[in-house]
Amino acid sequence: MPVSRDSQGPVWRQRTRAGDLATWFTWLIGVALVAVCLSFISDKTIWEFVWSAPREAADLGSRMIPPDWSYSTQLWRPLWDTFNIATLGTALALGVSVPVAFCAARNTTPSTKLVRPIALFVIAASRSINSLIWALLLVVIVGPGVFAGVLAIAFRSIGFCGKLLYEAIEEIDVSPVEAVTATGASWEQILTYGVVPQIIPAFAGITVFRWDINIRESTILGLVGAGGIGLQLNASINNLDWSRVAVILIAILLTVILSEWLSAKIRDALN
Amino acid sequence: MAARTQLWRRPHIIPNPALRWMFALGVGIYLAATIGTLDINWNRVAEGWPRAQRFFSGFMPPDFYSRGDDILKGLLESLWMTVAATALGILISVPVAIGGARNVSPAPVYLFCRSLMAVSRTFHEVLIAIFFVKLFGFGPFAGVATLTMATVGFYAKLLAEDIESTSAAQSEAILATGAAWLQWLDYAIRPQVRPRAIGLAVYRLDINFRESAIIGIVGAGGVGATLNTAFDRYEFDTAAAILLIIIGIVMAAEYMSGRIRRAVQ
Repeated sequence: MPVSRDSQGPVWRQRTRAGDLATWFTWLIGVALVAVCLSFISDKTIWEFVWSAPREAADLGSRMIPPDWSYSTQLWRPLWDTFNIATLGTALALGVSVPVAFCAARNTTPSTKLVRPIALFVIAASRSINSLIWALLLVVIVGPGVFAGVLAIAFRSIGFCGKLLYEAIEEIDVSPVEAVTATGASWEQILTYGVVPQIIPAFAGITVFRWDINIRESTILGLVGAGGIGLQLNASINNLDWSRVAVILIAILLTVILSEWLSAKIRDALN
Repeated sequence: MAARTQLWRRPHIIPNPALRWMFALGVGIYLAATIGTLDINWNRVAEGWPRAQRFFSGFMPPDFYSRGDDILKGLLESLWMTVAATALGILISVPVAIGGARNVSPAPVYLFCRSLMAVSRTFHEVLIAIFFVKLFGFGPFAGVATLTMATVGFYAKLLAEDIESTSAAQSEAILATGAAWLQWLDYAIRPQVRPRAIGLAVYRLDINFRESAIIGIVGAGGVGATLNTAFDRYEFDTAAAILLIIIGIVMAAEYMSGRIRRAVQ
């Protein structure tokens, strides 16, 4: 226990002197680093624009209010597209990520030397590229529209679902697997009877979790032309039609809240 | 009497058969409805393969040099934005998290802080960035503001949940010594949440770098702006180089953050 002595005797301290010094030193480095970063950013900033922000905000607010409610009737189709992009994208991603996860998990992979590194690379590559960048690429390849959005969501989600799923597979209890193996089951039978039942809850949880994230992501894919409500948002912003932008933002807000509520309900029911 | 053979059947995932069939039916109806309304131009998709080949041949070989200065500037800007936004975000998050923990704060403060977290989490970073670019002008300031806001939504929420799950025994022990509220926070709560707080900070640093690579697309600075410029100029070889660098840094950051989080916890 770190103590220091003063005239009355030993006094308890939280850390030793060396510990104190190390803590202060870490803080010093950290604060200095942040200060350097802030000064770089401040150099790159045109401060007149920043100071005019309150006026801009007031201006924007006055253009957004009142929202153009009559526009909301035209938003059902884009919202339905947004929902579909997220849902189909998640479904497609699951279809791919399940085999990838089985190949990536140490205890189920057919070969640790060859297949596992490939599967891990697929997961890492898919996770490293944001769905917006995937959309940027896919719009050029398959053309603008919902399909590019579905693929963009799917490509990004493969890595996410694959990673969580293979970690769940690696954490399973080995005794059911051994029991099934002891009956002389084949490799497929071991998977279906020993492994799969153990990861079903995790699988369902991951699905709902990712679906919720994907709803949020699919609202912006339209900005690069990949379908959904982002298209309307982009068009309204480009036309400086801020009263419509307000309606779209409210629609997005409600959709995201609804999906979050739904996914929380489903996850509660699963546990 | 012949022995009746009883066959074991694997239990279904959804035990209730009515629910199971309804679920299957619902999925079927949804898929039918969606595929009917999904407006896909298959001719355009079919053109995709040769287009993809042309596109990716444009990517090859990645060109790191001809726009090397721009790439380096963009990357450094992303890094500054990441560090600054993570630090500012955490600075704001800590009081919000303390306010948003039910076992520490009174109900009105709790509700206020929780709604603050909900608001900053609802919109996607890119949407927030669009508005901050409008307010603060193009450049990294809008990016830092965006990432700071996103960090608050993430960090404050998870930290508040961690504060709520701290052990009450230690809290009571410290309170029994006659500690003041701040002393109680410092000696009872802080040591319990410290490992997770550091782990989350490192994780958020990692996420912020990724996000900084995309909010540039709407004008909020960083390497995303460089990437967008490369796409706009059809300099796909430069774009490929930027994407490869982003993937490399993200992978390295993820590996490092995993190492640090394991070491702390």
